[in-house]
Amino acid sequence: MKQDYDVIVIGAGPAGYVAAIRCSQLGMKTACVDDWIGKDGSPALGGTCLNVGCIPSKALLESSELFERTRTGIAGHGIAACDIKLDLPTMITNKDLTVRDLTKGIETLFRFNGIDWLPGRGRLLPERCVYVTGHDGDARSLSAAHVIIACGSASVDIHAAPLQGERIVDSAGALDWTEVPRRLGIIGAGVIGLELGSVWRRLGAEVTLLEAQEQFLAMADRQIARNAQQLLQKQGLDIRMGALVKSSRITDADIEISYQDREGDHTLTVDRLIVAVGRRPCTENIAAPETGLLLTEGGFIHVDDHCETNLPGVYAVGDVVRGPMLAHKGSEEGIMVAERIAGQQSELNYDTIASVIYTKPEIAWVGKTEEILRQNGVEFRTGMFPFAASGRARAMRETDGMVKVLSDSETDRVLGVHIIGVHASELIGQAVLAMEFEASSEDIARTVFAHPTLSEALHEAALSVDGRAIHIGKQARRGN
Amino acid sequence: MTIEVKVPELPESVSDGVVVVWHKQPGDIIERDEALVDIETDKVVLEVPAPLDGVLEKVLSAEGETVKSDQVIGLVKENGGHAQPLSAGGAAAEVKTETVADHGQPLSPAVRKLLAEHRLDPGQISGTGKGGRLTKGDVIGFLEQQGAAGAAIQEPSRVEAPAAKAPLTKAPPPVAPTPGLPEIGEERPQKRVSMSRLRARIAERMLQASLGTAMLTTFNEADMLPIKQLREKYGAAFQENHSVRLGYMSFFVRAVAEALKRHPEINASIDGEDIVYHGFCDIGVAISTDRGLVVPVLRDAEHLGLAEIETAIRDFAEKARSGKLAMGDITGGTFTITNGGVFGSMLSTPILNPPQSAILGMHKIQERPVVVEGEIVIRPIMYLALTYDHRVVDGRDAVTFLTTIIELLQDPAGMLLDL
Repeated sequence: MKQDYDVIVIGAGPAGYVAAIRCSQLGMKTACVDDWIGKDGSPALGGTCLNVGCIPSKALLESSELFERTRTGIAGHGIAACDIKLDLPTMITNKDLTVRDLTKGIETLFRFNGIDWLPGRGRLLPERCVYVTGHDGDARSLSAAHVIIACGSASVDIHAAPLQGERIVDSAGALDWTEVPRRLGIIGAGVIGLELGSVWRRLGAEVTLLEAQEQFLAMADRQIARNAQQLLQKQGLDIRMGALVKSSRITDADIEISYQDREGDHTLTVDRLIVAVGRRPCTENIAAPETGLLLTEGGFIHVDDHCETNLPGVYAVGDVVRGPMLAHKGSEEGIMVAERIAGQQSELNYDTIASVIYTKPEIAWVGKTEEILRQNGVEFRTGMFPFAASGRARAMRETDGMVKVLSDSETDRVLGVHIIGVHASELIGQAVLAMEFEASSEDIARTVFAHPTLSEALHEAALSVDGRAIHIGKQARRGN
Repeated sequence: MTIEVKVPELPESVSDGVVVVWHKQPGDIIERDEALVDIETDKVVLEVPAPLDGVLEKVLSAEGETVKSDQVIGLVKENGGHAQPLSAGGAAAEVKTETVADHGQPLSPAVRKLLAEHRLDPGQISGTGKGGRLTKGDVIGFLEQQGAAGAAIQEPSRVEAPAAKAPLTKAPPPVAPTPGLPEIGEERPQKRVSMSRLRARIAERMLQASLGTAMLTTFNEADMLPIKQLREKYGAAFQENHSVRLGYMSFFVRAVAEALKRHPEINASIDGEDIVYHGFCDIGVAISTDRGLVVPVLRDAEHLGLAEIETAIRDFAEKARSGKLAMGDITGGTFTITNGGVFGSMLSTPILNPPQSAILGMHKIQERPVVVEGEIVIRPIMYLALTYDHRVVDGRDAVTFLTTIIELLQDPAGMLLDL
């Protein structure tokens, strides 16, 4: 019996739409089911990332940073700026237009690649069939030779602070406010909380973050995390660690949050509250029970190293499976699966996936932290270079932060690179490339970097592993 | 060296052809076997491939001009000083030209430095990096292994690099400073470079061959016309069917294998007081790389078809070029074929490859006037040289072995029919 499609992808976020495009490039007849409704009420591709995640937050981060910089950061450059005013509606509109252009762009790519876009809800049925319920209620079952599930994740809700309209929101809601809250509370000081907190603080809010964990940015390098915490607090973010929110009370006037930390019980009163405690996979109803699709305890779809589920011909990629919830991870998984369906032996190297936080300064890292290396009993050496010693950084008046390189004591292979500083998100790419080729720190040290650049800091940090950085003084050979 | 590009021999009933298209312009770089020019006859379009790596120097017959069989229509110039493929007519073995710095695999900066400082041959270290690349760790590990092997041989004190962590374990014993070399101190330009491991090993074996055997060479000549005609007739079809070029090498390997069957005393080695007659033909084919000469071995060559031989040689050349030949590829041959013809050698005395007792040297095919049935004709002639170990092979056997090979080459049909 002929199938309706070679591949049906459920979900059009960065994992799903990229998988669909790759499948189509490889000659497969592809359909992509997605139920996202955009801000303007019509179906939109791009999932969380394009619509309410990576892209809109970066737009607001960019605009808000420009706003703050223009108000307070350019006097040193000899520019006197006065009467700088915020036009929030325009800023939000710019964000919306950026999102719209990109989601429309995906539509164009789908057309170009001959991918059938099926707006609506998709549900996996047995024998690789997908039940698609359109937004108008029309439903039908489509068959495919392969199914790729990429239905993504959603914000975790907490009992103590249920979402409510515009006043208690998740990360998506915090991108659409029409006025700047006077006092903003954020539950969760992870990547999303810090980024959104930075946006609204720059626009004028008084921001307080309540983080249940004791350790700030626990997954990042300790030194970098400490540096980040200092810098962010200096900027005015009030970050309270070890603070567990117990309950919240919403009145006409404000929102009262009760939380507990080591010192006891406290109350925080704010005008708006963002709940940013994490994201969970969206797997309720993704598959009919009779399919027997295996889920893990955390609700993720269970997959092997090649993103194959327990059902033959059914794959899952992106936030809905294990691993870091990062768009690029999802996209590359989508590509791996598409290529494997086509018979290629594609693999994904999970060890060289970079993480980035778009605060100011940016934070980015790839590979292992010192803590993890110590835990694993790996002997390593450390090289470090502060941007304060970088000519380019000084000329830009952006001297916060540093680059740190960790390499194996015996083979000198680079095991991790950690950066906090301006353009860290771009600089980390060089480290990823080097690590992908299993470079040693000496390889980076013996590569010529253009001058004057921020990238030279990576070069100097690599030199520093061997105690021979040129542009900093006496360096002790450090490691474990 | 400038070489003529000629119109191939046109099919029988065709008197002339027309140059349809030149795929390259004068000054363009050409690669061996790349399509160079198309000649059209009223029966077929003939593709003339570039005969070597180099540059198209001159076009003598432009597009649209009428040309005759064997007419010179262009001139190509060979690249100087680069490794060339094995047989004159172009065996499938292709060794691409390489820049000085290119060792055939990508080497990272740290690795390059270590290799240079310790005078290591990257081909001897196995790479665990991406795509088999050498990582710094691989070289460090290799050096440690060398050190553990406990080589106590000191390099002669004139070594200029900083004291190596691990001296070369298999280097030849220290040689006394060569008398007669100009004194250092005279201010004439000299360059002193330490031998690479591979070079040192080659030097050792060459000396061993000379000193340990009673080497003589006997010569003869072969008319390559029958094979040349075969190649012209079936070359394209062969390539299409077997995905490999039909060179000259496969014919020689087959002829040698057949001749060895008839003359088992050639396919023998001295081992102590015994002579070991090998019941199989493992024929080594000498390949020149920029690191030196390597001789990968075609196992049981008497059972291989022409396509299998060409494919195997091509694959060996690939591996040789990228430093990936394994020990198993280059040990244990019972006979060797070498080809100086690609470098232009007309005649030479090949050196034995111990413990083998004979080696066949192929040379440049040159059109010569010869006498056939009382008439002077022009034939493509190749001089052949057979160097043999007179301890185990007598003159008569060597001469008749060579004659057998020539008879087989000059009558490929006979070879096919096992006559």
